[in-house]
Amino acid sequence: MERTAVLGRLSWRFATVLEVTAETDQTHSIVLDAPDWPGHLAGQHVDVRLTADDGYQAQRSYSIASAPSDEQLVLTVERLDDGEVSPYLVDELRAGDRIELRGPVGGYFVWRPTDAVPALLVAGGSGIVPFRAMLREHGAAMSAAPIRLLYSARTFDQVIYREELLRLAARDGIDVSITLTRAQPAGWHGYTGRVDTALLRQVSWPPEEHPAVYVCGPTGFVEATANALVGLGHDPGRIRTERFGGTS
Amino acid sequence: MTDRLDGNAIAGALQEVFGREMTTATGVCGHCGDSNRLGALAVYLAGPGTVARCPGCDAVLLVLAEVRGVTCVDALGFADLQPAG
Repeated sequence: MERTAVLGRLSWRFATVLEVTAETDQTHSIVLDAPDWPGHLAGQHVDVRLTADDGYQAQRSYSIASAPSDEQLVLTVERLDDGEVSPYLVDELRAGDRIELRGPVGGYFVWRPTDAVPALLVAGGSGIVPFRAMLREHGAAMSAAPIRLLYSARTFDQVIYREELLRLAARDGIDVSITLTRAQPAGWHGYTGRVDTALLRQVSWPPEEHPAVYVCGPTGFVEATANALVGLGHDPGRIRTERFGGTS
Repeated sequence: MTDRLDGNAIAGALQEVFGREMTTATGVCGHCGDSNRLGALAVYLAGPGTVARCPGCDAVLLVLAEVRGVTCVDALGFADLQPAG
């Protein structure tokens, strides 16, 4: 009997890996051919499921790195050394492999080109991934809404999408600020040190402008950043967060 | 893994159970009366089930458990739960 799709039901589908590219030592982008992909919004994610030979399954959620207008679906995954799924995705996956995924999921941590208010995006480490989708979408849709990105990475080598962010920053309406917390290359003109109240005050829109605020990164980073933003007077109801776990 | 995550982390499981996107649904905490999008809940994946708590008062609002491949949900803590229009 032919199966009938139930409206709104999520189903697992196989996607074929077209290419895996290194973004940094710890982070790879996986370009996927996902037949019948229904499309997504910038900021949504997918659930990825791996099945071992003995039937054991492990499942994790990953932000989508590609914009809705991009031709292919891209996930960017950071290797967690004690992780169960990410070391396989980063180290073992090759072109031609197939992975199981379902999605897109989530509607809370998304940015739409129709959003007219200024947006502040604050990323820690691989928290940049959903923001890359948002910034690409901003450009593709020629949105007039101003966007500011504040991105915290440990070192210059750990800045994901470095070249692309610099290109995006050259566009009207997009400001990109990077702060390096551990070490800076010679001649570094960006910010240094962790994201704190002083840096957020300098980079963010004033609370009176009622910006939409998105914060994504490790749990400790997100909590400290969200607390600092509330301390600066931002409405907690306008701060959307996405925590990865981990406390660094 | 005892880290606090957000409702985003259970978007797929919620959609599977409810048949629609639920992170933008609004839930009212039966304990403190705070109203939050489910994407803003404090989510803990540790343990045999997944627990979502009120970000304001920490009351348990929702428990998800998977039993033999079937996801079960107990939305015990909500006074009200309204999907986004």
